[in-house]
Amino acid sequence: MKFINYLESITDVSIYPLASMFIFIIFFAGVSYRVLREDKASIEEQKNIPLDL
Amino acid sequence: MNTETFYYDNKIVKQFAIATAMWGLVGMLVGLTIALQMVWPFLNFDIPQTTFGRLRPLHTNAIIFAFVGNGIFMGVYYSLQRLTKARMFSDFLSKIHFWGWQLIIVLAALSLVMGYTTGKEYAELEWPLDILITLIWVIFGVNMFGTLIKRRERHLYVAIWFFIGTWVTVAMLHIVNSIELPVSFTKSYSYYAGVQDALVQWWYGHNAVAFFLTTPYLGLMYYFIPKAANRPVYSYRLSIIHFWALIFIYIWAGPHHLLYTSLPDWAQSMGTVFSIMLIAPSWGGMINGLLTLRGAWDRVRESAVLKFMVVAITAYGMATFEGPMLSLKNVNAISHFTDWTIAHVHVGALGWNGFLTFGVLYWLVPRMWQTDLYSKKWANWHFWIGTLGILLYAIPMYWAGWMQSSMWKEFTQEGQLQYQFLETVQTMRPFYMARSLGGLLYLVGAIIMVVNLVKTAKQGVFLAEEKAEAAPLQKVRITGKEHWHRSIERRPLQMLVFALVLVAIGGVIEMIPTFLVKENIPTIAAVKPYTPLELEGRDIYIREGCYTCHSQMIRPFRSETARYGDYSKAGEFVYDHPFQWGSKRTGPDLAREGTGSLKRMDSWHYNHMMDPSSISTGSIMPRYPWLFEDKIEFAEITNKMEAMQTLGVPYTDADIAAGADSARRQAQQITNGLMLEFKQNQLLTSDEGLQPDHEILALIAYLQRLGRDAAPVQQ
Repeated sequence: MKFINYLESITDVSIYPLASMFIFIIFFAGVSYRVLREDKASIEEQKNIPLDL
Repeated sequence: MNTETFYYDNKIVKQFAIATAMWGLVGMLVGLTIALQMVWPFLNFDIPQTTFGRLRPLHTNAIIFAFVGNGIFMGVYYSLQRLTKARMFSDFLSKIHFWGWQLIIVLAALSLVMGYTTGKEYAELEWPLDILITLIWVIFGVNMFGTLIKRRERHLYVAIWFFIGTWVTVAMLHIVNSIELPVSFTKSYSYYAGVQDALVQWWYGHNAVAFFLTTPYLGLMYYFIPKAANRPVYSYRLSIIHFWALIFIYIWAGPHHLLYTSLPDWAQSMGTVFSIMLIAPSWGGMINGLLTLRGAWDRVRESAVLKFMVVAITAYGMATFEGPMLSLKNVNAISHFTDWTIAHVHVGALGWNGFLTFGVLYWLVPRMWQTDLYSKKWANWHFWIGTLGILLYAIPMYWAGWMQSSMWKEFTQEGQLQYQFLETVQTMRPFYMARSLGGLLYLVGAIIMVVNLVKTAKQGVFLAEEKAEAAPLQKVRITGKEHWHRSIERRPLQMLVFALVLVAIGGVIEMIPTFLVKENIPTIAAVKPYTPLELEGRDIYIREGCYTCHSQMIRPFRSETARYGDYSKAGEFVYDHPFQWGSKRTGPDLAREGTGSLKRMDSWHYNHMMDPSSISTGSIMPRYPWLFEDKIEFAEITNKMEAMQTLGVPYTDADIAAGADSARRQAQQITNGLMLEFKQNQLLTSDEGLQPDHEILALIAYLQRLGRDAAPVQQ
């Protein structure tokens, strides 16, 4: 009986690692874009919240 | 603008602070005890409740959930109120949360030493406690989100994001990994078996590190470092990217705990890739923390608080660089199952979690008691003793790990294994001694801190209700009935949902293919369910925490197949609820203990469990005298088999009906065999007191079964 490579029996298993990578890249690009576009004053304001007491 | 006057609840912070310090000392003391047991096995005292296999889970659970857990709540309850400019949502919920969590800790400690365990690392607590944890966690969540909804600060500071991410992910991990079928009030079986159980467990185990020991503490770092240094965090933009990237990537990396095991290669590779990627967001956080102190390094010299925090962040940086390196298969081939792993986790636990907690405590206590720290000198002493303790702990363990691995893999010129396993154990002794000294120093430092903080509290006056003023969030009408603040109120919940989706994607994509395996491949025909007595023996194996020192997973290396037999296959574990692959080899692997050259006589096991060092000179394994007195609960076996049947183990109804009788018969056979062996070999311990219902017989049955089904595959 063969126990190696049994995942090959699952149709298109290679889609899983590829999908994970694409999801991450798209997500990361989205977050970076959003963050870099954020207004500087707003960032400064948020940054100082802990000290604002 | 109208301002509102309100009061921060410091009492709940004080309670969690006391609990943090107290459980910290307990957890460290237990850690020191088990470290010493590895040098002087007599310190196991031949008592079940004080034996290594039961104390080790107590140590890990106490440090993670009692020390760090209370530390998280202490920091969250202090910072969340101030970051939201609001008192906690409900004092009543705060109170239930605090006392509920302490109750869980006490019950956990009692149940673990009693041997009530699921046998899954860092998730050992049995099902009633799992439910209690879920309830208390939900109460914490309601209290946190209630506070967020009634907050007076429009923005959610990044620390809060970490708290939200922590809350939702820990909830998901805990629930998914704790799915188990109760057999009795104190016993359950994992819903998953073998490879699937391993994947779920390490998806949980890895992310317990990520979302219990890391993300909440990063939240604390983002609040308390700016407070202690009196300057804002270096880059807020970086903190946002760091947050999302970290929680996204972390969830995928679990399989790096299972490299070279029977887990599908595909999942292993993905674990490695995401682990390497983790360096970026982890170091993003570290750099952000350290650079917050740019231009203020002179203050670090003056302030013990900052000293602790700087070392904590540095330790975080080291551990999060080392983690990805350990995820490389070629490095993991060396490090896995050795003390290297122990060194790695302690750089994180002692350095990152411990030192950050100490820093926060030194900062909080004088403020809440409205006084100065009793002794800065003592705090500095604590810092240096603690740092020395970490070094004395970590360096010998790194060294030990390398030596173990090299010795395990060493072959003679003739192609034989150079060292017996026992020789490698004996070589470790000086390293274990040095490690114990490091642990002792660290504990002494923590005691100095507790005394210092108690004296600080005594000289000050505790401010239970701290007055504050802030304007309420303005209600801005946008369209129709909807108010601006309604949309803000929704934001923490939106964040929760978003974070959940993000971490769930990783879990789902990672697990689906492995779960599909079960339906796609036939199991190994030769692998049969355990006999009723073996099943009982397996439960004893789990109860005594054998997995804390013995693996059951032979990796496909020449050095391992030469020592332990053919490498392990996924199909061998299909009836293992839970899996028992282990993560550390203080003792040898047992996956094929019942086969080939590893097979020993029943009387060997009998005497070995009675007194390991009399059979294997220099062994550091504890003695298990109670197994020779306590009786097998034959009546329970039927219930256990029924539970296994429900979980998919192919016991027939007839098997189950005959379960107890079958177990008795097998126990009697082993007893007869032992009697014969004792008579034939006068050198062995006498058979005095041997009864056919002693637990040792079940354990022998299980140990002799290990690997036997796969033996034909070996040929």
